[in-house]
Amino acid sequence: MNAITPTRRNFLQSASLVLGMTLPLGKAASAAPAQSGLPFAPNAFVRVSPDNLVTVIIKHVEFGQGPATGLATLVADEMDADWSQIRVEMSPANDPLYKNLAFGTMGTGGSTAIGNSWLQMRSAGASAKAMLVEAAAKRWGVPAASIKVSKGVVSSGRRKASFGELAADAAQLKPPEKPVLKTPDQFTLIGRDTPRVDSVAKTNGTAMFTMDIQRPGMVHSAIAHPPAFGGTVKSVIDSAALAVPGVLAVKTIPHGVVVYARDSYAARKGVAALDVTWDLSKAEKRTTEELYAQFAEAAETPGKPVEKTGDTAAALRGAAKKLEAVYQFPYLAHAPMEPLDAVLEMNGDRLDVWLGSQFQVGELTAIAATLGVPFEKATLHQQFAGGSFGRRVTPAMEFAVEAALAFKAWGKGPVKHVWTRENDIRGGRYRPLAVHVVRGGLDPSGKIVAWDQVVAAQSFMKGTPMEGPELKNKGIDDALTEGIAESYKFANHYVGQHIMEAGVPTLWWRSVGNTHTAYAVETFVDQLLEMAGKDPVAGRLELMEDPRTRAVLARAAEIAGWGSKPPAGRARGVAAWKSFGSYVAQVAEVSKGADGLPKVHKVWVAVDCGIAVNPNVIRAQMESGIGYGLGHALYSEVELGEGGIVKQENFDSYRSLRIAEMPAVEVAILASDANPTGVGEPGLPPIAPAVANAWRKLTGKAVRRLPFAVGGRA
Amino acid sequence: MATDFTLNGKPASFDGDPETPLLYVLRDHLGLTGTKYGCGIAQCGACTVHLDGKNRRSCVTPVSMVSGRQVTTIEGVAGKEAEAVHNAWVAIDVPQCGFCQSGQVMSAIGLLRIKKKPSDSDIDAAMAGNICRCATYVRIRQAIHDAAHALEA
Amino acid sequence: MKAGALALGAAALTLGIAIAGQAREQKVEGLRPVSAFAGIADPGARSVAIFTEMGKVIQHPRCVNCHPRTDRPLQGDAQLPHDPPVSRGPADRGMAGLECGTCHGPRNVAFANGKGSVPGHPEWHAAPIAMAWEGKTLGQICQQIKDRKRNGGKSLDQIAEHNAHDSLVGWGWNPGPGRTPVPGTQAQFGELTRAWVASGAKCPAG
Repeated sequence: MNAITPTRRNFLQSASLVLGMTLPLGKAASAAPAQSGLPFAPNAFVRVSPDNLVTVIIKHVEFGQGPATGLATLVADEMDADWSQIRVEMSPANDPLYKNLAFGTMGTGGSTAIGNSWLQMRSAGASAKAMLVEAAAKRWGVPAASIKVSKGVVSSGRRKASFGELAADAAQLKPPEKPVLKTPDQFTLIGRDTPRVDSVAKTNGTAMFTMDIQRPGMVHSAIAHPPAFGGTVKSVIDSAALAVPGVLAVKTIPHGVVVYARDSYAARKGVAALDVTWDLSKAEKRTTEELYAQFAEAAETPGKPVEKTGDTAAALRGAAKKLEAVYQFPYLAHAPMEPLDAVLEMNGDRLDVWLGSQFQVGELTAIAATLGVPFEKATLHQQFAGGSFGRRVTPAMEFAVEAALAFKAWGKGPVKHVWTRENDIRGGRYRPLAVHVVRGGLDPSGKIVAWDQVVAAQSFMKGTPMEGPELKNKGIDDALTEGIAESYKFANHYVGQHIMEAGVPTLWWRSVGNTHTAYAVETFVDQLLEMAGKDPVAGRLELMEDPRTRAVLARAAEIAGWGSKPPAGRARGVAAWKSFGSYVAQVAEVSKGADGLPKVHKVWVAVDCGIAVNPNVIRAQMESGIGYGLGHALYSEVELGEGGIVKQENFDSYRSLRIAEMPAVEVAILASDANPTGVGEPGLPPIAPAVANAWRKLTGKAVRRLPFAVGGRA
Repeated sequence: MATDFTLNGKPASFDGDPETPLLYVLRDHLGLTGTKYGCGIAQCGACTVHLDGKNRRSCVTPVSMVSGRQVTTIEGVAGKEAEAVHNAWVAIDVPQCGFCQSGQVMSAIGLLRIKKKPSDSDIDAAMAGNICRCATYVRIRQAIHDAAHALEA
Repeated sequence: MKAGALALGAAALTLGIAIAGQAREQKVEGLRPVSAFAGIADPGARSVAIFTEMGKVIQHPRCVNCHPRTDRPLQGDAQLPHDPPVSRGPADRGMAGLECGTCHGPRNVAFANGKGSVPGHPEWHAAPIAMAWEGKTLGQICQQIKDRKRNGGKSLDQIAEHNAHDSLVGWGWNPGPGRTPVPGTQAQFGELTRAWVASGAKCPAG
């Protein structure tokens, strides 16, 4: 059974439904963003217009993981709206109204969109419904309790009215102080495969991204960055660039050298024609190999403890069997399909910014401050973003500042500032390079009696405005050792970390520290269990305490037919990991490809993310986490060569997963009555260790260095 | 000298550097932004259009090369294969971030015009040049099969 | 410690440049003219020597990359499998939906980033599998070139003509930015081929 079984059943229904909708975020919507003055806007999230459309205001960026659909679903369900009358609109940058309740400012990340909105958006919908019901009760002179609402129709006996017909009356009423929320058995949309609000626009090419914004008199800018991190511009010879037809100007800003042109082709040709002398005296010049060696040296010492139980050193000395491993994880670029971009324009004293912003208020603040414009005079036109995986915001907001400075240096009108793929791959803010040194010991009965794990990696939070108290006061960054101490408990257990310094800027990257911690723990425990003669699933179940992790592992094993013999030439591996409050276990079935790398045929997934708001979106995110995680685990590395120069620059050298390499994916979603948690990231951590565990079974090779293309060929 | 061609069935013209790739002519000069830039070196397929009905990466197609020829973009693609692909894509919610999808859809239509009933390996071969960073590949495959079934019916 | 490592890095960098410089000098070395083989008295030995000279062209990545032994051509001087992963297809012009012509046009097209190009030619396609050269010795390739069943039914004179004037063969000397051209000129390659045919079209051993 595949992830998309509803296909045939829902084909006609969902096609006609969605095709019947106008484009939720198409050109028309973005051309007329302010539709104020409509009769009924009971709160910051819902607007009902006389034409019976319900517009849900979305506070999270939609870069693929489905929050626009999810948030609209929460409102629509509580309102008992019909899904076909729902529209979505991106919210303005306004923290008091639209902050992420988990962050305290507007922002999308950490797989928090549905979780933090769960009660907020439902309350918004319930409130709107209560007011529509009250309006109908008054109009008809019946008790509110006699009124029913179903699929956008308000009725009492034979009387019926649409939301639109009641909107003007409802607008005169006061919102209820405490709207009554549904109990789960009353949900009509939550828990169903509600069609995504953005599928039509994203299929017929009308969906607007920042890169698609055109403004009258707009010029295109492109930038040359220093070739090594920490480099600066020393001098520029721009005559050849200025000679490129269409190039208008060349300006130097602290981030690099910007070329302005009539189109983006001329801007890019202009950048290629620049002759820049860079000052690399302060640049990071170490190679990846040098960093690995220095990080490994650090990881041989205990570092700062995040877990310390028993006496690990003594237990290792006395162990009957021991295992030791050094893991190496490379820098990784996020490489969203839409590279970073922004459009800026001044109209009198007002600033307009078009951006698919991941931290709307933070980025708009940074841009406005850079340009000396008061925040109240700045407007963010939030766009769809072509992927992010964490890349679209950094603690320092430096892309926003770069775009603002590029705009300011031009000074003659609107600017569309777009990174090339080369800027993107070479532009830093990578998943941190990390080294883990892990030691484990078994007693004669095969019980794991000692676990010692030390991680050396950079901290991307240290010294930033987002630095938390633990990091500030104790020098411990949870991202380095995320989930390690919580995954399994041992009688003698040490987990330590070293925050390393390097001039390569790093960042959160889809599932953050779990990208490497899950790999090290889940491959190492697998090998220890093998040494103890234990089955990977049964052995884990013996060790695991958390009932939800145990449940997903058992379920994944069940749907995978764990224990049955895989087809000839194939092996299965398993991994389970909790991240961002969600629990995911995966079984991967793997054979050896002609290129000496794993060929992953199928992945069975069990996920517990609380109440499943939209199972189809959850399945899609499991597929996406698997594909994104697998592609990087097999092929991807940003490597610093001589002088700290990044060797990769585009998809030819920074290899992406392609369709033939994508496994079939079967997803089981565990029933739950817990509040929903995220799915954008948690699907990723288990895939690489599940594949590695299958690969070790198949080839005998334990892969300690990622990607497989570098450290895992067999 | 201007380059004249047919764009989505209508006459179009570009009076600029004839080496300018079609991608930038479409996006920056003619306002058709459905066709996307993803890599600029024919690696990702986000810029796929149809040139005389066949899949073509517009980022490596100098506009001079399309002189007198038929260019079709996501905005103008039509016909029974296009309709089937659009419907299939929407029915199972293929897109996530959506940025690559114009190229995926154009490649899929181009495939179905040649192969009425593509196998999994036909799909792998035809779609090998279209990267989706969100990894919507499972659904792309399914949607192409669904579109082929719909065309058969 | 750190300074030492950096100094070592700098030394390696210089060395790297020096090595690359040598390699470049070797690569720009042209083809020896037919006259250079006049001193070999034995026609058979002369023929083999001439073909060995031709091998500098035939076994160059520009030629071998599109004479793959599998369905997938190679790419670049490092001769890695072609990426995107294309397949020769039924007519050696790609697969439905991803044909050679999806990316390759009638001429080379430089990338806007100033680094490299997509190669092109009006007849851009892979050599049929019967003409695979990848992984073969020069002797094996030589036998293959002479074999009408594996050379597209060409006579030796037609082979000479092909090597001298075919414009897709000629692309090897004009491969576009980012690619090393094959040595010499097509005219020289044509003359060598004629001389090889005239001297009995002998093949190197092995």
